[in-house]
Amino acid sequence: MVGPLIFEQSVPGRRGYLLPPSDVPAQGLSELLPPEQLRATPPPWPEVAEFDAVRHFTRLSQLNFSVDTHFYPLGSCTMKYNPKLNERVAALPGFAWLHPLQPTSQVQGTLQLLYELEQLLCAITGMAAFTLQPAAGAQGELTGLKIIAAYQRRKRRTRSTILIPDSAHGTNPASAVLSGFKVVQIASGRDGLIDLTELTSKLTTDVAALMLTNPNTLGLFERDIKTIAAMLHERDALVYMDGANMNALLGIARPGDMGADLLQLNLHKTFSTPHGGGGPGAGPVGVTETLEDFLPVPRVRKRGHTFVWDERGRVTVGRMHGFYGNVGVLVRAYAYIRTLGREGLTRASEVAITNANYLKVKLQETFPVPFDHHCMHEFVSTVKSLKPHGVTAMDVAKRLLDYGFYAPTVYFPLIVEEALMIEPTETESKETLDRFAQALLSIAEEAKTNPELVRRAPQRMAIDRLDEVKAAREPNLRWVGPVDAASVESRR
Amino acid sequence: MDYAPNTNDQLHDMLRTIGVGSFDELISTVPAELHSRALNVPSGLVEAEILDLCEGLAARNRSLHDVTSFLGAGSYAHLIPTVVDALSARGEWLTPYTPYQAEASQGTLQAIYEFQTMVCELMQMDVANASLYDGASSVAEAAVLSLRATERPRILVSEAVHPHARETMATYLQGAQAILQEIPTLNGVTDLEALGKALREDVACVILQQPNVFGCLEPMAQAAQLAHRVGSLFVASVYPISLGILQPPGAYGADIAVAEGRCLGSPIAYGGPGLGLFTTTSTLLRRIPGRLAGCTVDRAGRRGYTLTLQTREQHIRRERATSNICTNEGWLALRATIFMSLMGPHGMQELAKTNLEKAHYTRQRLLEIPWILAAFDQPFFNEFTIQYEESRKVEAVHRRLASAGLVAGFPLAEWYPMLPQASVWCVTELASKAAIDRLIETLKKIS
Repeated sequence: MVGPLIFEQSVPGRRGYLLPPSDVPAQGLSELLPPEQLRATPPPWPEVAEFDAVRHFTRLSQLNFSVDTHFYPLGSCTMKYNPKLNERVAALPGFAWLHPLQPTSQVQGTLQLLYELEQLLCAITGMAAFTLQPAAGAQGELTGLKIIAAYQRRKRRTRSTILIPDSAHGTNPASAVLSGFKVVQIASGRDGLIDLTELTSKLTTDVAALMLTNPNTLGLFERDIKTIAAMLHERDALVYMDGANMNALLGIARPGDMGADLLQLNLHKTFSTPHGGGGPGAGPVGVTETLEDFLPVPRVRKRGHTFVWDERGRVTVGRMHGFYGNVGVLVRAYAYIRTLGREGLTRASEVAITNANYLKVKLQETFPVPFDHHCMHEFVSTVKSLKPHGVTAMDVAKRLLDYGFYAPTVYFPLIVEEALMIEPTETESKETLDRFAQALLSIAEEAKTNPELVRRAPQRMAIDRLDEVKAAREPNLRWVGPVDAASVESRR
Repeated sequence: MDYAPNTNDQLHDMLRTIGVGSFDELISTVPAELHSRALNVPSGLVEAEILDLCEGLAARNRSLHDVTSFLGAGSYAHLIPTVVDALSARGEWLTPYTPYQAEASQGTLQAIYEFQTMVCELMQMDVANASLYDGASSVAEAAVLSLRATERPRILVSEAVHPHARETMATYLQGAQAILQEIPTLNGVTDLEALGKALREDVACVILQQPNVFGCLEPMAQAAQLAHRVGSLFVASVYPISLGILQPPGAYGADIAVAEGRCLGSPIAYGGPGLGLFTTTSTLLRRIPGRLAGCTVDRAGRRGYTLTLQTREQHIRRERATSNICTNEGWLALRATIFMSLMGPHGMQELAKTNLEKAHYTRQRLLEIPWILAAFDQPFFNEFTIQYEESRKVEAVHRRLASAGLVAGFPLAEWYPMLPQASVWCVTELASKAAIDRLIETLKKIS
């Protein structure tokens, strides 16, 4: 059972926070503002005491699974441990209490940090330059597509097609269309990788770029990446790499060396900034030297010993975000990269890959992987074998919650039937992986002996499965006041 | 220092279970020519070293704790109750992701539902989403929604809308076959006559900001009426704190109301992360970008919350989605929810009133100085534009103030070259009367 809403705890007259008394001469509202600009009554928010709010939001938090409390193997999201140190660093008043329009002489520390972060990301990816402005992976993609369009415009030609593999994240086609492109899908080959024949057949003169994720969403490294890049480059089309899966590549291989012309990184994945229940993230975009001038402005530059903002950009795509992007997130990512350093970053990817392969092997008999190579940082299993018992991937996911594990990503990528996409990350111990594997194997056993138990899961959560159809058909997206019990009764 | 707990012995055992002799064998799917095993990154540091390094960098900044700032211009520093920091730091809030598994995410989902409700109440609008990136990209998404909903090509945007919002919108609309047209201002507010003339049947939406970039209050109701007369949508970009006392967008007929909501309980953090508030009418509900939490029931008939209307979204609809957004600003939305709960209606009203009074006091005092003039004669909330007489160089005056630990208002010349002597000043509850008086004394000494 979930508890009452904050609105239902409101008692007129209660206060949760008091402001300092005003120290300037009091003036009536009507003296300062014309009556037609004045609000009749303030927003009808709840009236609660401070402690009401503390207890309410503490209790609500306890209804969540999170990385801090539970193993969270959500494939493609890289739910690794978020170091507490980085929160402390980001909260330093010198970073947290800085106005974006203060003179640059007053913010040299932050500018230096941003400048160095760009350099670090260049070194890690092998790209020539970065913008830190995009606020999340999808906004990074959008920035990349604007750059692709600008590049084609610069070449004085119109190309309207973006090639996207069928295994791609949904943000890829959505970002492409938002940028005025048309999407042509490439079917994956039998090995789960890009099929060169299929690619050739779709590689028309209208292709502006290929968007691919490497490793792809099956967790497989695109072995032919250099050939693929060469094929695109031969036609002066660009290679956009979705860097969402960069956690597999730190100190292993660099997108710049693979022929990627541009990519976005998801700092909230690879570089451990907390996901916050759905953001904030940060999606810096890296490009080759050829594309550098297209990056959004302003850009941070070093002039002698001083850092400055450079607003110029003759061919820039323009601005993607107010001010400079999610700086608070960038500070955390900087602290993370400096903490791990050369050896730590490499070890992170090595352990992430080892953890994923270990788990894959432990599960493969019961939950086979359709495209069976060594995986990188994640893998996609199918629960097809449980179908005869009437048990689906969603059922398995829900039953995992009863065992105290968050669920993997389900039904994605779309090319795998009854998919479970599992990404353990490097910050989980072997003991946790063993327990998780044991839980999944037990669920498979339950599916055979007591399928109803799995289909009715979860049973140990605050609520059962929810009526999603009702939620969509009769949208109730805000509280509108206490429901009259009698009228509910009469409707029944 | 790394955060990977498995020991080398354990990793060795795991490789044996996998059936490979070495890690290199495991990454044999990566062609050898692509291996790049020596990162050109400094060696790692331990916690104490990171604190030294980062505190050193932070010390090179002059934070708003070290100076008194009169900067606003799209980013506003406000008080943050201790409770907001304390609660939002809990790992259960900070470290989950988008609540895909509703049963194990009821906390986040109920908080989003409460957030949506309070944002609707703040704006007096029908529906709010779970947040977008920031105020600027929310204006851009409002334009995208308007183009699609009306199937008309033209966007009219006041030149008094924050330039970052206009620039971000221009970037978003590249390739969309849209026409962006700016409406001029007259005496610091949008010129309604010019707006009236520009309004034709091809206009998808009219975008105004309240208060506008100069701090002036716009004639929102009249502008909305003009827009509706030709079947265009009306988009309001507002400042949440001002809505403690100012008319909410719903009251003047906005079809879409957006805001930079970071000022509701999150640190200013050099401009980001922001918190895009996005609200609209029931009519446009199914076109709204981003996540929505809805209330429904579970199998036992108990109340619960889930992400809903997901067929609008990229992970289901792919190229036909209403937006490409996936990660939004969930943690800041939570902080705003706690902030709004603590403030309540009366706290919010008092907060807005304090800002109003302090700004008016400051402007009044500034105008005592003979070489400082009002730029516009319009009602304002907590921000206003002044001009220096031509004999005064803006930069020199502001440098002089900076050396006294006072950060002057933002010089507008960079954004509005026709206003070379103007600057926009913001006064919030954070500025004490003593600091304001010190500003005036310092300015008076500049002869």
